[in-house]
Amino acid sequence: MDLSVEIAGVTLKNPVMTASGTFGSGEEYSEFVDLNKLGAVVTKGVANVPWPGNPTPRIAETYGGMLNAIGLQNPGIDVFVRRDIPFLKKFDTRIIVNVCGKTVEDYVEVVERLSEEPVDMLEINISCPNVKEGGIAFGQDPRAAEAVTRAVKEKAGQPVIMKLSPNVTDIGEMARAAEAGGADAVSLINTLTGMKIDVHRRRFALANKTGGMSGPAVKPVAVRMVYQAAQAVKIPVIGMGGIQNGEDALEFILAGATAVSVGTANFHDPYASLKVADGIRAYMEQYGIKDIKELIGAVDQ
Amino acid sequence: MAKRKERARVLSQECLAPGIYSMWIETGIAKEAVPGQFISLYSRDGSRLLPRPISLCEIGDGRLRIVYRVAGAGTEEFSSYRAGDPADILGPLGNGFPLEEARGKKVLLVGGGIGVPPMLETGKALSGQDVTFVMGYRDGRMFLKEDFEACGRLCVATEDGSFGTRGNVLDAIRENGLEADVIFACGPAPMLRALKEYGAQKGIPVWISMEERMACGIGACLACVCGSKEVDGHSHVRNKRVCKDGPVFLAEEVEL
Repeated sequence: MDLSVEIAGVTLKNPVMTASGTFGSGEEYSEFVDLNKLGAVVTKGVANVPWPGNPTPRIAETYGGMLNAIGLQNPGIDVFVRRDIPFLKKFDTRIIVNVCGKTVEDYVEVVERLSEEPVDMLEINISCPNVKEGGIAFGQDPRAAEAVTRAVKEKAGQPVIMKLSPNVTDIGEMARAAEAGGADAVSLINTLTGMKIDVHRRRFALANKTGGMSGPAVKPVAVRMVYQAAQAVKIPVIGMGGIQNGEDALEFILAGATAVSVGTANFHDPYASLKVADGIRAYMEQYGIKDIKELIGAVDQ
Repeated sequence: MAKRKERARVLSQECLAPGIYSMWIETGIAKEAVPGQFISLYSRDGSRLLPRPISLCEIGDGRLRIVYRVAGAGTEEFSSYRAGDPADILGPLGNGFPLEEARGKKVLLVGGGIGVPPMLETGKALSGQDVTFVMGYRDGRMFLKEDFEACGRLCVATEDGSFGTRGNVLDAIRENGLEADVIFACGPAPMLRALKEYGAQKGIPVWISMEERMACGIGACLACVCGSKEVDGHSHVRNKRVCKDGPVFLAEEVEL
């Protein structure tokens, strides 16, 4: 049985990755998960300098999901290169570094810094709804998305995945913009902008007022958008949004995703990413599928 | 201290005061746990994804006691568990109180509201030395009072004056003329803030257990941070992870 998939010439041993921001740089979860069994670890977003993030409360539970407004707290690229890459290199898994920035120059600075580092791919976060500058601003305007993609691609030493926001009218247009800018792949969905109000205290549940919604409640939206993006572009699509088990992952794969990411489910079950991989394997056994690549985009076949 | 998630078994459930429950859980996590640590308890309802962090009240042989307040639908569900029911838990989490800082010293263990429970196991671990419990409750509906009395001297403050000192834990400390070389505390932020100030005035180290909304519980998601006086060695900004670097911090090192 072959679970391996390929994205921009990089082979993943299986299609299961971790969703950026839910898994740190893998160290904390490595107490629970054998990272060698993951297709890739996608790190929490890293910027050119340390970012302190937003005030607390940064999270709130919602029905079947959650809101977060962490605000991309990260220790900056210097610490990341010195501490987190050497940790991840101890494992036989692919390393995908999520990159965040406030300006095009910020993104490019991090990407250049990583160009000689032993990481396999870059994921450019143009879709964070929780920071005032950068982030989603690039992810809601196709021209800006194309421009930042092109700027990053010029300096990148690794294949580039553009992480797209679901907070747009036409996800196909955004995927095409990334492809036009030279992206090697797109990943989606980032979180949906949401809000929760504590009626008893008459206060916002999050200090940031708004936050990004994730978890199983967003999955149908995510599957639909992954399908539309896969229809719109030729480059590989990485699907995520509410995946908790193998069947959830297979929905995304059948909709056209080459690989999938497990995010919020890690909080509910630290072993979730491995269970998703096991679930995909069990499904392939059940239906006599020898190569997972047969399933990519195979809905209605 | 290996953390793990497991399906544990409820041994007993008891209501101690209105909205305050005590649950003993049979779990191998007990063997690894130390006072001041916490566990994450998971709802069985898929609409509630995030675990509820709950402090350890007592650590027994192969079992843990949690004493918790019903604050919403998740804790409401936990309060319905009966002996024999499964309980999905992750632990042991966090650092715990630095018992070595209290050895051979005069210690005040201060708890307020739902910060009361973790001081019990902490006090038991310091048995045989000069320990005084100072517990603050809203009113006369106190909980764990007999447990503390069985362990050492107890001074109580109630907001409505229905028992012990009228007022807060600091009022009780002053009224009883209590002195200490070191203070361990858990409770609401205003109480911790007052103790931090008290410790600074008296030149006493105060170790406080912090609370914040959590998601992963293991230090990965950066939801539950608190401000720190200095740039933190892990985050490289001025904040610390309550779930992993804490929940117990030296008061002067964190922002309250």
